[in-house]
Amino acid sequence: MAKGNGTFRIGTGAGFSADRLDPAVDLAKRGELDVLVLECLGERTVAFAHRERMADPRRGYNTHLERRMRALLPACRTAGTVIITNMGAANPRAATECTRDVARALGLSGLKIACIEGDDVSGRLGNDQPFMDEPGRLGDIGRPVVGMNAYLGADAIVPALEAGADVVIGGRLADPSMYLAPLTRHYGWRNSDLTALGAGTLVGHLMECGMQITGGYYADPGIKDVPDLAQCGYPIAEVSADGSAIITKLPGTGGCVNEATVKEQLLYEVHDPAAYLTPDVTADFSRVKVKDLGHDRVHVTGAGGRTRPEKLKVTVGFDAGVLAEAGVSYAGPAAGARGHLAAGIVDARLKEIHKIKSPLRVDLIGAGSLFATAGKNRIDSEDVRLHVALRTTNRDEAELMLWEVESLLCCGPAGGGGYRGVITPAVETKSILVDRGLVKPTFEIFVT
Amino acid sequence: MNVRGRNQRLLVRDIAHARAGDKGNTSNINIWVYDPEDFELLKRTVTPERIKKEFPKLIRGNVTRYVIEHLHGLNLVMSEALEGGVNASLNLDSHGKSWSYLILGLALDSGDSGTGC
Repeated sequence: MAKGNGTFRIGTGAGFSADRLDPAVDLAKRGELDVLVLECLGERTVAFAHRERMADPRRGYNTHLERRMRALLPACRTAGTVIITNMGAANPRAATECTRDVARALGLSGLKIACIEGDDVSGRLGNDQPFMDEPGRLGDIGRPVVGMNAYLGADAIVPALEAGADVVIGGRLADPSMYLAPLTRHYGWRNSDLTALGAGTLVGHLMECGMQITGGYYADPGIKDVPDLAQCGYPIAEVSADGSAIITKLPGTGGCVNEATVKEQLLYEVHDPAAYLTPDVTADFSRVKVKDLGHDRVHVTGAGGRTRPEKLKVTVGFDAGVLAEAGVSYAGPAAGARGHLAAGIVDARLKEIHKIKSPLRVDLIGAGSLFATAGKNRIDSEDVRLHVALRTTNRDEAELMLWEVESLLCCGPAGGGGYRGVITPAVETKSILVDRGLVKPTFEIFVT
Repeated sequence: MNVRGRNQRLLVRDIAHARAGDKGNTSNINIWVYDPEDFELLKRTVTPERIKKEFPKLIRGNVTRYVIEHLHGLNLVMSEALEGGVNASLNLDSHGKSWSYLILGLALDSGDSGTGC
């Protein structure tokens, strides 16, 4: 089914849960793609999705699923492009039903939509399971667990593709595996073809964050200028039978693909470049070659692979109470000094009068906030915002903090204004490793 | 790319670009020089010892540095470096995405002459 010059063309239509839609529609229409991948799940988003599902059993999938499918299904049907996505999040079945309903409403009959399940391992793990990167065990959490999802690999996706699925919807499908699966099927790579699996995983890794390889998250004016970021295009990978690929984007879109954008993404969220672990393979990116061909085309070759990890990673999400945030701004002469005074007042009142012991942080935006712990502050700013953050499992404490910050409007330093306060639910996550035998992926095809 | 002239360069940002990512409470930052001739200077400037010394309260765990010679890049992996990680940190940037600019903001190693800038 390959569409261009003997290569297999995969596009990215979303690199995270809130990614843009209009450039994805452009790509679906003009990209001549074999596959369009929408990667929309992170450690945090899957846990939040579980919480939504608890509140309403019909929810728990990506908020933008319906809108995305309505916009993309017709173009992908016309072009013969398969969609693969983890937008099912905590509820792939409801996401599949929603997609089926959208397809029917659009009059797309005979569309095959595969629902992949089996990543949710809630209730199957013992309390003695140790955490992956830190001391402690599952039983130590002491807060309500909201979800446990194992990362599924390409082997969970391939059977659905073999059954002729036009759309594949799963929950915790590992990001690069959504790219590796169609490549494995198209080129007939076997489990023993470790170099090819490593190369296909590199394609997935480079592509999975969408525009982070086409000039997004890259611009630094004067040093790294990027053309027309407001119209940035999503990436396309033209993949050859050995897994080497050209990364590019549609003509006429903004952004850029060059050696530097590819290199920044090559080791994004990678630790040891020679051992990138996925459910499918231990990929080796340490000898990858990156060749800029010009005209937004970059050739990547030389990835390697070794045997896949014995165990699968599971993300455990649990209720962590709330995050409360509130702020007031100060501007003009000595704004930094007034903001600093306000910070001291709030800190003292919350700790000494209200006896709050939950984790609390007071920042002065504009005078050193993000890098405050790193030791970088300057108080001479003429525009600062006091920002107070509190994590607590006690809702009353959260409300009290907001009240204290708002009280600065009359009881704090001169000239403060612009109070805002917000309390949002918080989910924390831990990782554990489980035996592959505990995870049994399944798929079911819905036909419109 | 509009890189500064050789004698005007002060910061890592003048010779290199970088991107930060997070996994749990571990931050990694990849750093690449624009001109291969500056790779030795980058390696001399961005060392695990320097990072630990510059940001002792932020970077609390081990710092491992991977060198990618043929692409002229470094990958720093720093444990206990995200104030608890994205779901626990109270930093406005709980992912630590901006940490790339902590590294890019470091003064370049001035060499043995000690003249500095």
